[in-house]
Amino acid sequence: MSEDTQRFLDRLAEARADRAGEPTWIAARRQAGAARFEAMGFPTRRDEAWKYTDVRAIARGDFALAGDADFSPASAATLTLPIDAYRLTFVDGIFSASLSQLDGLPEGVSLQPLSVALAENHEAVGGPLGRLTGVEFSPFSALNTAFMEEGAVLRLAPGTVVEKPIILQFLSRNGEAPVMSHPRVLVQAGGRSEATLVEHHVGEEGAANFTNLVAEVILERNALLTHYKLQEAPLADLHVASIHVEQARDSRYTSFNLNLGGALVRTDLISELNGENATSDFYGLFYGEGRQHVDSHTLANHNAPRTFSNENYKGILDDRSHGVFNGKVVVKPDSQKIEGFQSNANLLLSDRAEIDAKPELEIYADDVKCTHGCTTGQLDEEAIYALRARGIDRQTARGLLTLAFAGEVLEAVGLDAIAERVELAVAGKLPERFNLAGLVETAVALGDE
Amino acid sequence: MATEEMEQLVRREYKEGFVTDIESETLPPGLDEDVIAFISNKKGEPEWMLEWRLKAYRAWLKMTPPSWAHLDFPPIDYQAISYFSAPKRPEDRPQSLDEVDPKLLETYEKLGIPLHERAALAGVAVDAVFDSVSVTTTFKEKLAEAGVIFCSISEAVQEYPELVKQYLGTVVPQTDNYFAALNSAVFTDGSFVFVPKGVTCPMELSTYFRINAENTGQFERTLIICEEGAQVSYLEGCTAPMRDENQLHAAVVELVALDDAYIKYSTVQNWYPGDEDGKGGIYNFVTKRGDCRGDRSRISWTQVETGSAITWKYPSCVLRGKHSIGEFYSVAVTGGRQQADTGTKMIHIGEGSRSSIISKGISSGRSNQAYRGLVKIGPRAKGARNFTECDSLLIGDQCGAHTYPYQEIGNSTATVEHEATTSKIGDDQLFYCQSRGISEEDAVSMIVNGFCKDVFQELPMEFAVEAEALLRVTLEGSVG
Amino acid sequence: MLEVKDLHVSVEGNEILKGLSLTINAGEVHAIMGPNGSGKSTLSAVIAGREEYEVTSGSITYDGQDVLEMSVEERACAGLLLGFQYPVEIPGVKNIYLLKAALNAKREAQGLGEIPAPEFMKLIKEKAALMQMDASFLQRSVNEGFSGGEKKRNEILQMLVLEPRLAMLDEIDSGLDIDAMKVVSDGVNSLRSEERAILLVTHYQRLLDYIVPDRVHVLVDGRIAMSGDADLARELESRGYDWVLEESVA
Repeated sequence: MSEDTQRFLDRLAEARADRAGEPTWIAARRQAGAARFEAMGFPTRRDEAWKYTDVRAIARGDFALAGDADFSPASAATLTLPIDAYRLTFVDGIFSASLSQLDGLPEGVSLQPLSVALAENHEAVGGPLGRLTGVEFSPFSALNTAFMEEGAVLRLAPGTVVEKPIILQFLSRNGEAPVMSHPRVLVQAGGRSEATLVEHHVGEEGAANFTNLVAEVILERNALLTHYKLQEAPLADLHVASIHVEQARDSRYTSFNLNLGGALVRTDLISELNGENATSDFYGLFYGEGRQHVDSHTLANHNAPRTFSNENYKGILDDRSHGVFNGKVVVKPDSQKIEGFQSNANLLLSDRAEIDAKPELEIYADDVKCTHGCTTGQLDEEAIYALRARGIDRQTARGLLTLAFAGEVLEAVGLDAIAERVELAVAGKLPERFNLAGLVETAVALGDE
Repeated sequence: MATEEMEQLVRREYKEGFVTDIESETLPPGLDEDVIAFISNKKGEPEWMLEWRLKAYRAWLKMTPPSWAHLDFPPIDYQAISYFSAPKRPEDRPQSLDEVDPKLLETYEKLGIPLHERAALAGVAVDAVFDSVSVTTTFKEKLAEAGVIFCSISEAVQEYPELVKQYLGTVVPQTDNYFAALNSAVFTDGSFVFVPKGVTCPMELSTYFRINAENTGQFERTLIICEEGAQVSYLEGCTAPMRDENQLHAAVVELVALDDAYIKYSTVQNWYPGDEDGKGGIYNFVTKRGDCRGDRSRISWTQVETGSAITWKYPSCVLRGKHSIGEFYSVAVTGGRQQADTGTKMIHIGEGSRSSIISKGISSGRSNQAYRGLVKIGPRAKGARNFTECDSLLIGDQCGAHTYPYQEIGNSTATVEHEATTSKIGDDQLFYCQSRGISEEDAVSMIVNGFCKDVFQELPMEFAVEAEALLRVTLEGSVG
Repeated sequence: MLEVKDLHVSVEGNEILKGLSLTINAGEVHAIMGPNGSGKSTLSAVIAGREEYEVTSGSITYDGQDVLEMSVEERACAGLLLGFQYPVEIPGVKNIYLLKAALNAKREAQGLGEIPAPEFMKLIKEKAALMQMDASFLQRSVNEGFSGGEKKRNEILQMLVLEPRLAMLDEIDSGLDIDAMKVVSDGVNSLRSEERAILLVTHYQRLLDYIVPDRVHVLVDGRIAMSGDADLARELESRGYDWVLEESVA
């Protein structure tokens, strides 16, 4: 076993002391996670799934577990999304009741921190934990399971329609020493329920913490869930997340995976399309600058006939940033009448930026329509000309088109506050040579009227 | 159309030529340094060549077979293979076409193979094929006149040691991969082509080669060099089913194109795919790579792959020269329990280098096919461009088609486009054809041919025609 | 205002304009007519700075400046604006971005500061209303998913906001139904002023019923074969282009 693996296991041993009273099944699951992590160690670039992502920045780190959830309400307010919503807030992984907002939760909706849900009724809540994302999935899922303690549980009774979004806010503090957290999210959406879930990762400048999140999402028949993952963590944060979705017949899961922050970011998004007419929509946008490394893996498993997946991911990479896109569509034997569409487009703004893209199709049934397109390239010269013919100089035209490139994903975003925030962020991140000052604000202002 | 009928249509039963029970002069199975020394000695090789082989062998011992391809087969026992077998004596072969399985001949007929070639293909003793001998001599004279060297690799080691020494292993190093290392240690057959500066090879080397196709070996090594401004078109293999008793084939092909040179390499591969359960078919593990070493050089790979139980090959281009061009056009048809993992690598190093990839896969029966490709754009490859189109057609509900394209792009001025589709033959397309009075069989063949058009048009004319016929025969299912 | 002298233009080695001369003064509306392939669209494209056209000889001057020395955007900022026959779709670029960026570029060229946001918004809403375009159009991507008529109205909207000195409208009437033609023509007519000139390129006389030109030029085989007033357009309508060809040869 490597020193790195040992260091994390040592931290686990320290944490265990507090957990004497937990139910035996949780202890057993945790142990299985630890054993699996010990056996696998951290992935290396020799592992196909990690070919382009080097996790040594995490493996070599020494992360404590946070001791409290103190966070100045004033600075939290500047980070919180201006959305009228129900909100659970976690500070370095620890639940903060004072920064949460659960008033007026409609009937049929249960939204609790994992620790509370388990304490109240661990058997009913705990059952599905680990069913979708097992410890085998990756060393990180094993590690999350070993440390599993806090997180969020959202349960929607059949037929419940939640009008306001539900926000899970993860705040990262710039503390004395880096810390790690292993949030575990469980969503059970009953039949015909509808909800919007926002997972928001944000924090104080200068923070350099490690977040290792696992989310398991279960959609019953005809449930509709829109899941925004807005990751604008501090630029030195390390972020690994796996989101595993199980979809019954007629359900629809729409994911927006918006990555702006973090030094090293890896997201695995997997949907199991288990019932006819289930649909997964994956939208993604990543923007890399400095030496950011952003890796997005998606997988749509078409396990049943007449299931549909659509994917549209866009990446913009500047400076020495490195982007990775790996999108996979798998059609299992006998899953006929499948439609799977995948599109990935990337723009490199700098000669030292790099993108590694791998759009995969694995198909074992014949009555399918699957396509993927993957483009890395240049802005449309025709469009640049059209803008110049209106008096806009070439650089501004390029800036506009770069923003537009991101806009194609943002157009589908239903929550204006998120679309605007990301658009402003992208406009702000674009190199100065793209002279876009003031443009986006104007549009936002117009939209607000 | 009912799936069953469709399967009926496409189920392919390979009618192998005949079974021979004649033992040829072979070395006992097993591989060690003595065996390599024996091979080298038999071939009358100089000392450096033996050293070169041994270096490869020692590297191979430390390597493990690749496991990442989308293939499934039992481990190969490399000590159970015999690494040297002397050419068969003429008296051990069929003495005339009368001794050849009539069904094989029928296939040749369907494919439109010229009479004098059929004998050679069926393995009839060469001296029985009077025509081809004289034809061969004419070709040799014509090539010599142009200054083109074309001979077996063994002959080249003896006759042109300096050229071999200069280029061998410079494109595919001995230690490149498991099978290339094995090949480097034990290769016995293969071709050597050298086209000097400014010369356009006066004929397609295909024709010559086809007549001599019989020398297909287990560990072939081919080396083609085009000097500045030279051009050659080379066709390997043959549309007719090849008779072969070696299960493992691990060939290495190296192409070198200097400034302004153009090498066009076409392959038609139709080796025995095994019976319906995939038993006894050929394992085809090939390393093919072209080095566009010179500015404005161009290397084009075209392949039609219908045979073998397992195919593992990625003809690739290293685009080192400025404005060099790499091309890969592929049609792969699999049926039964065939497995094919094929694709290409385009490594862009030179400024303004361009590559295009068109891959068409047709899977039927219980076969599995994967396209695996890499497009890599290096930081100095300013303005590099790649276009990839990768389409799969599925016939029957028990086959698989997979696409694994890798793109590694490190240059902001590059343009890389990849498109892939997977679909089945549309019922509406079939209905449309049938409603115009075309039989179902013809309609399938027509649609599949249309699907492959972009690749077929890259083949030398005569082979394009044969390839279409091959496809039709393959899809008919019953060759006889 | 604009002076084109003996202009020769080639595309990929084919000469399209073969010695065209034209003078446009402030306050005038000129119409260029001609059969397909006569080079009508080439003229406006070359004035606007389309890069694939090669000017082999001749000159274009605009208020004494050498237009051929100016970049595309310099021309636009100076007031030479082209309304496209086939407006380009630019997915993701909102109309409002384009308008604001273009207007600010022009103002900068004129030494004015950026337009204050409230003023800008008032302006574009007013102009959009004039073109009978819903304000939601402003938030949509440039021309994406627009009908033919919407695209043309959008071109005129840009003209109204950017207020060119020479507006060049390339087949602005193609693909328009009568109602849309009316809206577009009203927009163009509202541009007419003593300081401004308009160059219409059209194949059909119909447009000129709505926008009555001061001068009509018939372009045949890369040269102006005949010029006249609005009556010439009506004559062309009834007699066709062949007649011009015969007249000019004779």
